[in-house]
Amino acid sequence: MRVSNSLKMIALEIWLPILIVVVWWFASANSTSLYFPPLQAILESFAENWLDPQEAIQNLAPSLLLLGSGYLLALVGGVVLGTLFGIVTPIEHATRPVLETLRAVPGVALLPIFIVLFGIDAQMKILLIAFGSFWPIFLNTIDGVRAVEPLLLDVSRVFRVGRARRLFRIVLPSAGPQIFAGARTALAIALIIMVVAETVGGSGGIGYFLLDAQRNFAITAMWGAILALGILGYVLNIFFRIIERRVLRWHRLQQARLETAK
Amino acid sequence: MTNIGTRTSPQPTVDDSIALEARRLGHSYGDRDVLGSIDFIVPRGEFVCIVGPSGVGKTTLLRCLSGLQVSSRGSVLVKGQPVKEPARGVAVVFQDYSRSLMPWASVLHNVTLPLRANGVRRAAAETTARAALAQVALADNVADLYPWQLSGGMQQRVAIARALAYNPQVLLMDEPFASVDAQTRADLEDLMRKLQRDLDLTVLLVTHDIDESVYLSDRVIALSGSPAGVADIVEVPLGAERDQIGTKSLPEFAAIRARVHGLIRHTAAPTELA
Repeated sequence: MRVSNSLKMIALEIWLPILIVVVWWFASANSTSLYFPPLQAILESFAENWLDPQEAIQNLAPSLLLLGSGYLLALVGGVVLGTLFGIVTPIEHATRPVLETLRAVPGVALLPIFIVLFGIDAQMKILLIAFGSFWPIFLNTIDGVRAVEPLLLDVSRVFRVGRARRLFRIVLPSAGPQIFAGARTALAIALIIMVVAETVGGSGGIGYFLLDAQRNFAITAMWGAILALGILGYVLNIFFRIIERRVLRWHRLQQARLETAK
Repeated sequence: MTNIGTRTSPQPTVDDSIALEARRLGHSYGDRDVLGSIDFIVPRGEFVCIVGPSGVGKTTLLRCLSGLQVSSRGSVLVKGQPVKEPARGVAVVFQDYSRSLMPWASVLHNVTLPLRANGVRRAAAETTARAALAQVALADNVADLYPWQLSGGMQQRVAIARALAYNPQVLLMDEPFASVDAQTRADLEDLMRKLQRDLDLTVLLVTHDIDESVYLSDRVIALSGSPAGVADIVEVPLGAERDQIGTKSLPEFAAIRARVHGLIRHTAAPTELA
């Protein structure tokens, strides 16, 4: 029962990708179009640039470094400031309109300003990624922290639980599901900003590779890079899900229980 | 604001026989008086119930007694010390177990939280917590489960274990059995009576259920009126050994029950009956 269920789930998840690949493969097999090369050629280029360890490291490492640093900054900044704003409600009330405006500005739209302010080096790109992906984490953390069960705060007062323990044992775990939801959105944003930011300057990475391929009419390599980008996003999401499943184990199990109780 | 020097009553003598005392306790939300002027003592080692109709202000009273709420007037003394914030010697079991336990922490960690927060080392805290879980008759393997994986009655046992592990001088309980089914309720009532005697606890339990208040306690504090006042304090000389069917069918039980019922029903004029 269980095995056949999970097989069903896997089948459900992969039938469409397989279908797309098959259709794409045969439809493009004899293509002579410069812009739509045969899938076979794209896959060969993909293997050459993204599966060969040396090439892969050279092309991916700069991207992952930018993404990792920027995202980590956003995560730490978002959770720390979000917690502060969530606990000290007057700050939050006073700054909400400004924050909502700032969050509404797409991160990539700030690229020109960031170039003027911080140059075109990795530092600027990290800051841009951090800024863009900061908002969903920050705002979700505020909401999560404010939604902590009041009765649990009473319990913590009755038993004289200190500030630090209350924060780490009650407030943050309670906000966990919301924080993770924000962090997931932020990851997608970080990936987009990373690609766009890499098209500036010559530091390498997927974004630079894409732009370079397009400029040199290496359309096959460009398609290969897009494929690599898609797979990178997918793999990052899987990693994210694994961490989330571990950290929010209680929440997943509890939700599942509530579902079955319905 | 202190009242040193303006105090007219004699210096508070630390009377060991009194665990908790309310002195002319009153509370208002805005200009709405909820609690009038409430006086009572809870002797050490006694089981005392506060009973009153829904909406009379029982929860407000309990919040003031626990130090969660600073009362507008009068004072609460725990072991002779005025309570301005939750005091070390007071533990509370709330009505809503599903919200008062942390869903992300195991049963064990829910019970160790107050201990860890008060400087007990992990190993010692876990030993105490396991002992407390055993006292409320929860099996050993329950410790590693999440609270929401347990039935309602078992969750409330966890909340009781958490309070016991804290080793309080006074255990306050706010309608602790109002959210469980009748059979579980009876079991939990008997558990509390047994714990109170075995561990020589001082318990102050708030309920709207007259039967429950009489069955559980050594004395019943009947609240009535608006703002709420103490209609009367009724002794319950039903002995230490009680059981759900036998005790409740005693004529004495019926008499006390009727008396308490009369007290809280005449909400308009509590003083006439006092």
